[in-house]
Amino acid sequence: MKRCERMVDAGRRRFLSGAGVAAAGAAAATMLPAKADAAPTPARVNYPSNRLANVSQLKLNEPVDVAYPDKDAPGVLIKLGARVPGGVGPNGDIVGFSTVCPHKGFPLSYSKEDKTLSCPGHYGRYDCEKGGQQIWGHATQNLAQYALRIDAKGDIYAEGVDELLYGRLSNVL
Amino acid sequence: MTYKRQTDRLPIVPADAKEHNVTCHYCIVGCGYKAYTWPINKQGGYGAKSNKFGVDLSKQQEAETAAWYAPSMYNIVKQNGQDVQLVIKPDVNCVVNSGLGSIRGARMAENHTSQQRNTQLQRLTDPMVWRYGSMQPTNWDDALDLVARVTTAVINEQGEDGLFVSMFDHGGSAGGYENTWGTGKLYFGAMKIKNVRIHNRPAYNSEVHATRDMGVGELNNCYEDAELADTIVAIGTNPLETQTNYFLNHWIPNLRGTSLDKKKKEFPGEAVEPGRIVIIDPRRTVTIAACEAEAGKDKVLHLALESGTDLVLFNAFLTYIADKGWIDKAFIAASTLPAGQATALLPRPGGTLADQPLTDFASALAANRTSIEHAAKITGLKAEDIVKAAHWIAEPKAGGKRRRAMFGYEKGIIWGNDNYRTNGAIVNLALATGNVGRPGGGVVRLGGHQEGYSRPSDAHVGRPAAYVDKLLIEGRGGIHHIWACDHYKTTLNAFKLKQIYKRRTDMVKDAMSTVPWGDRKAMVDAIMVAIRQGGLFSVDVDIVPSQIGQASHVWLPAAISGEMNLTSMNGERRMRLTERYMDPPGNAMPDCLIAARLANAVERVLREQGKSAYADQFKGFDWKTEEDAFMDGYHKHEKGGTNVTYARLKTMGNNGFQEPATGFANGRIVGTKRLYSDGKFSTKDGKAFFMATPWRGLQAPGKAEQKAKYKFLVNNGRTNVIWQNAFMDQNNDFVMDRMPYPFIEMNPDDMKELGLAAGDLVEVHNDAGSTQAMAQPAPSAKRNQTFMLFGFPTGVQGNVVNAGVNELIIPNYKQTWADIRKIASASETTKRLSFKSAEYRAG
Ligand code: SF4
Ligand code: FES
Repeated sequence: MKRCERMVDAGRRRFLSGAGVAAAGAAAATMLPAKADAAPTPARVNYPSNRLANVSQLKLNEPVDVAYPDKDAPGVLIKLGARVPGGVGPNGDIVGFSTVCPHKGFPLSYSKEDKTLSCPGHYGRYDCEKGGQQIWGHATQNLAQYALRIDAKGDIYAEGVDELLYGRLSNVL
Repeated sequence: MTYKRQTDRLPIVPADAKEHNVTCHYCIVGCGYKAYTWPINKQGGYGAKSNKFGVDLSKQQEAETAAWYAPSMYNIVKQNGQDVQLVIKPDVNCVVNSGLGSIRGARMAENHTSQQRNTQLQRLTDPMVWRYGSMQPTNWDDALDLVARVTTAVINEQGEDGLFVSMFDHGGSAGGYENTWGTGKLYFGAMKIKNVRIHNRPAYNSEVHATRDMGVGELNNCYEDAELADTIVAIGTNPLETQTNYFLNHWIPNLRGTSLDKKKKEFPGEAVEPGRIVIIDPRRTVTIAACEAEAGKDKVLHLALESGTDLVLFNAFLTYIADKGWIDKAFIAASTLPAGQATALLPRPGGTLADQPLTDFASALAANRTSIEHAAKITGLKAEDIVKAAHWIAEPKAGGKRRRAMFGYEKGIIWGNDNYRTNGAIVNLALATGNVGRPGGGVVRLGGHQEGYSRPSDAHVGRPAAYVDKLLIEGRGGIHHIWACDHYKTTLNAFKLKQIYKRRTDMVKDAMSTVPWGDRKAMVDAIMVAIRQGGLFSVDVDIVPSQIGQASHVWLPAAISGEMNLTSMNGERRMRLTERYMDPPGNAMPDCLIAARLANAVERVLREQGKSAYADQFKGFDWKTEEDAFMDGYHKHEKGGTNVTYARLKTMGNNGFQEPATGFANGRIVGTKRLYSDGKFSTKDGKAFFMATPWRGLQAPGKAEQKAKYKFLVNNGRTNVIWQNAFMDQNNDFVMDRMPYPFIEMNPDDMKELGLAAGDLVEVHNDAGSTQAMAQPAPSAKRNQTFMLFGFPTGVQGNVVNAGVNELIIPNYKQTWADIRKIASASETTKRLSFKSAEYRAG
């Protein structure tokens, strides 16, 4: 059975639901000469380039809700007013973060007062001015930040994420 | 830029992955985890049938899902010589943590050795010896032969008192019943070693003598009691950071009110409401902020007392509560020493006649009588806050029902001023209010490591036990065996100890460099000459090269939990088996087997020397596996141990059973939910003692003088992200990026006065020594009160802790005063750190 993992997914599922695992070894052996039909897959996920907002929509220190890389992955865009790690735009102060806490997936909320994201789940805190560094908390990673690009029209695109997002084993599903 | 892994996806645990029970080997809580392993060339899929979770992983999973793991929970390791993939993730079905991981435990996978993924390559793979001027690898037989020969040579000249031993006494990794038994049988069975100490204190003694002397074992309740209590009294503890998932999974539900149904069910006819909490701590911690966010400020009472004055506060509580008549008279009559029977106070076990604190309730009350006003003056607290706390602890509820209070204490008390009396004063309160052995009660230490103690009697060590560090500094002893202890980081008076230790071990190193390695006799002779001149031969059994190991002549590589089968119990005495799911690195072995092979080697050398009677004492170490050590130790010697085997523990899974085991029925080990539920305590006749605990100021030598002389209190302790002294974390990128230096929290105005900015490196110095830390502004810190991370490799707080200990050789780390000056401005490593407040505020 183990050797069949390389079969295309549909075939594999049929195989697993089939008559018996005991036959797997024999089945695998007979399949060996067949060319591996696994298509080559790239080593990293292909991130979509998604327009999240236009610079003109951002007000200083006012978070704008977004989602990236898809609608099930909430995040936020913030214009912080000072150059920060990962910041884009003329002042290098526009940043984007996932707002799903990487500890247990609770939704983060933004504090304008100290430019942090906080988690009601178990009190985790992340610093938007330090690349999403976990100030304090239980997550074993810092907060996922977006790779942003701004085009000539001022449209802000997200084109990648720098940590695994909570609740998915592939950042792009 | 802060550390990011740039992981965009992870291999999926296949449906047929092997599954192993794991208890987190870090803190006392002992959260349940599952380790999944599968071959390197296989993977699961997104379809529900092709992954272990039976879930469609092509969809975003909800909060608290069991079907997700972080990159830190994945690794590639060796299992029976093969490369396998490993995921270690929290177990939703474990009653301890219900699927919660912490910033320490959820890095277990990443903190294993992986050649492929470059993790923990600091781990020792082979015995190493001082050869030609540096540490060089050798095989077990060679290393053990040298250790056995030097050990017996020292004993032949100095007796067993010439062998100094530092050894763990706890559970979890670098501990556990197998390994405490292995080392214990060697040093307390085959030998009777007296000059012995534990990893975090300079003697072989209990951290909580007082409660034991009173007949109250220190881990007497269950985690559910924190859900049932009317009031939790948290003393010298910061459980959100140091007992994380116990706090999150059992205290918070009470404070939030979500355990009300449980209370109603447990206490029919009794008024119940969401829990309150009294927190006694000079510092405002993240625990306090979290409690306020959950319970509301009106149900959280933080008593930020003057450091080291806890004792007087407890005496005042006792007095007030007794005068109000809020004591549990029936309980006192039934379960404690009867009044009049102790007209004189009883000497504590092992104590002198002049030292007579154990007694009955009335005598203790008379000895401890303290007014609220007096306590307010000494503690610096408001009288009305002390009174309020006393009401929260003991004022009867509607219908005259007894209020249920749980008392949890930890290092603030244990490493605090006057340990013995302060511990006794807390237990006095719990006994007087009938809060031991009953639901919603308990008077418990909250714990650091897990427990896992199984050793022959230590009675020969005596009481007070030998102050080992002092003896080492005085030049005593010829050989030092160290088991998973790094005193360079985690002892008091560390500045001095390190200087002397280095000098003494260097003498031996220099002597060793004068002889060829292959001439064993000449080597041992040269070593012994150096020892006679005051040198010290040092053998370090550890998993990584430790700081004290830099001074050692032999390193013996040990295995950790998961690389061996390991049993321990947590803070509610819940015993589990962590199953071996991977190989130890290289030739590393479980400590119990290292002890056994060392015993075999000593026996062989003694026979060579014709000392057959002594050699016979080293028989009984023919264990092949850690299970052999378990059966020889726990199974045969511990209370209820005959009910416990590996096979049975495996069946009991991550919920295990609570010690002691009382039987085996229907395929299950029967355990004990709470101790003393029958009202009978651990004394000869089952009656608990009260204790006379009058206040006597700063008790340890040199503390009052230090306080007068230096400006800043250097309070100290742990932080969430680091486990213990960072022996693993020092090699973890995520942690070291966040914590390159130990922080020292300071009031911003104090920082301004010293010209300090966040992240600057400061020197903390007094007449005990000096150390360094990075300045961390803490607006909630009082003026002249700092808090420094304890036991960190890049700045050892113990350097500035003086040698003063209590009458039972318990160190007093917490009451330390020093001056502070700037060393350097923030570097690139500290500039990228966030120094914003760690406090959560509901927003
Ligand atoms: S709370 Fe303690 S036992 Fe639980 S995962 Fe964290 S370190 Fe491990
Ligand atoms: S889910 Fe955010 S801290 Fe736990």
